[in-house]
Amino acid sequence: MTKALLEVRGLDVDYGAVRALRGVDLSVERGSVTAVLGANGAGKTTLLRALSGLLRPASGTIELDGRDLTRAAVERIVRLGVAHVPQSGGVITELTVAENLRLGGLWRGDRAALARRIDEMYALFPPLAERRSLPAATLSGGERQMLALARALTGSPRLLLVDEPSLGLAPRVVARLMAVLRRLCDEDGRTVLLVEQNARSALSIADRAIVLDLGAVVAAEPAATIAADDRLRHAYLGF
Amino acid sequence: MVRFINLTLAGITSGAVFAAVALALVLIWRATRVVNFAQGAMLMITTFIAWSVIDAGGSYWLALGAALASGLVLGAVVERVVVRPVENKPHLNAVIVTLGLFVVLQAAAGMIWGDTPHSYPPAFTIRGLSVAGTWLLLSPFDLFVIGAVAAVMVALTLLFVRTDLGLKLRAAAFAPEIARLQGVRVGRMLTLGWALAALVGSLAGVLVAPSVFVGPTQFDAMLVFGFTAAVIGGLDSPAGAVVGGLLLGCALSYVSGYVSSDLVTMGALAALITVLMVRPNGLFAASGGRRV
Repeated sequence: MTKALLEVRGLDVDYGAVRALRGVDLSVERGSVTAVLGANGAGKTTLLRALSGLLRPASGTIELDGRDLTRAAVERIVRLGVAHVPQSGGVITELTVAENLRLGGLWRGDRAALARRIDEMYALFPPLAERRSLPAATLSGGERQMLALARALTGSPRLLLVDEPSLGLAPRVVARLMAVLRRLCDEDGRTVLLVEQNARSALSIADRAIVLDLGAVVAAEPAATIAADDRLRHAYLGF
Repeated sequence: MVRFINLTLAGITSGAVFAAVALALVLIWRATRVVNFAQGAMLMITTFIAWSVIDAGGSYWLALGAALASGLVLGAVVERVVVRPVENKPHLNAVIVTLGLFVVLQAAAGMIWGDTPHSYPPAFTIRGLSVAGTWLLLSPFDLFVIGAVAAVMVALTLLFVRTDLGLKLRAAAFAPEIARLQGVRVGRMLTLGWALAALVGSLAGVLVAPSVFVGPTQFDAMLVFGFTAAVIGGLDSPAGAVVGGLLLGCALSYVSGYVSSDLVTMGALAALITVLMVRPNGLFAASGGRRV
C-alpha cells in the first residue's frame, strides 16, 4: 500500500510534430487529490489523454497499481478502473441523461449493480434525476459537467482523471464541483487527478500539485507549499 | 378515386423497399460518415446468393435466410477490409473506395452468374386482392413486402433504443472518442453497424427481385431511389429514411400512373429538388447542417 496508485516516469508525448510533454514524472497517492496546474498549452490535457490511452507516448512508462499501461488500448485502461472526464464533459448530447449514465457503467456487465450506482448518482446530483429522460442537449453547462462526472462514477473507477471541470462555470458551481471531488476521496476512497487552469480552486481541495510549463514539470509539491510560493504563483498560476 | 387508391397502394409497396435501402444508407452514414455507393451492388450479390439457393432447389424461405445471413457477413467484411483503412481519412477516399467496390462487385457477379437477368419467384401470389368487387393494386406478396420491412424497422428500433448493445452502437456513432472512454469497443460497433445495414439492404434486394429480376445491373436504380429517399429524410435520421422512402414511392407511383412511366426517374429528381429547396437539410434533419 505504500506504492502510489499511478506512477508516471519520464513521459514524452508528441502532438503532431511538436513535443507536448518532456520527461514528465508524476506519482499519485491512493485516496488523494492531485492537481495538475499550468497555463494554456502547458500540456495538461495531453497528459490526461496519454494516461487514458487516447495518445501514444513516444517514451516513458505509465503504471497503475504496478501494471504497465504505457501502450494499452483505451478500452483496456477503462476496464482497469481509470475514468477520464474530458474537457467540457463530453456528454453525448443526442442521448438522454439516463442513457449517458448507463453508458459509463455498461462495461462492468453487472446490471443490478449499475442500476444501484445510477440511483446513487441521482441522489448525489438531484438536477440530473429531474431530467433523466431528457436529451443531454437540454442541460446547462454545470449540469453537463455533473453528468460527465456522474457518468464516470457509474463505472466505479479507482482513478478519476478530470480535465478542467471549472471551464465556463459560475464560481458557485465550481465550488460545489470541487467539494464533490474532495468527498469522493475522503468518503469513497477514490483517487483524483485534476487538471485545472483555475489554480486557486484546484489548490483549495488538492493534497499535492504539479505545475507544468511548456510540457515539463517545474514543481511537484504539497498543495499548501505551492499555494504559499509567490514566485510559482506569479510565474505560472496567474494569481 | 379507385385509381388514386391503387396508385397509393402501389407507391407504399415500392416505397417500403426504397425505405429499406435508404435505412441501410442512413445506418452507415450515421455510424461512419460514409455514403455507401456500393449498397446497390452489395444487395445485388446477396440476392444472387438467394437466387442460387432457389436455383439449387431450396425453398423461398431458405433463400431469404441465405440472403440475410450473407448480407450480415458481407457488411462486416466490407467494413473491416475495405472501409476501415479509409476511416478518419479525407471524405473523398471513402467515396472512391465504395464506388470502386461497386464496380468490382458488379464485375464479379457478371463473371460468376452471367449478365442475363434471371427471374425470381415471389413468396406469395402477386394477383391483386379484390375488395367489394374492385381489384386493388395490392397483392398478398405486396402485403408481405410491407410487413417484412415494417418488422425489420420495429426490430431495429427496439435494438437501438431498448438494448445495451443499441446504446453502445448509438454512442459509437454519435461520439466515437467519448464512447471509447466509456469502455465501448468502437471498432466492433462500426463493424456491427455495417453488418446490420447490409442485412436491411439484402432484405430489400430479395423483396424487389420479383419485379426487377436478378442481374448484375438490375439493382442500380435501387441505390438511386434509396439514396434519394435517404436525402429527403435528412440522411441522418432512420425515421426520416422510412418517411422519405414512402413519400418517394407514392410520388413516383403518381408520376407513373397519371403522367407517364417514362418519367419516373425524372420524378425522383423533381421530388429530391423540391424537398431540398424547402428544407435543404432534409425533412428530419436536426438543426445545424452537416457536411455531406
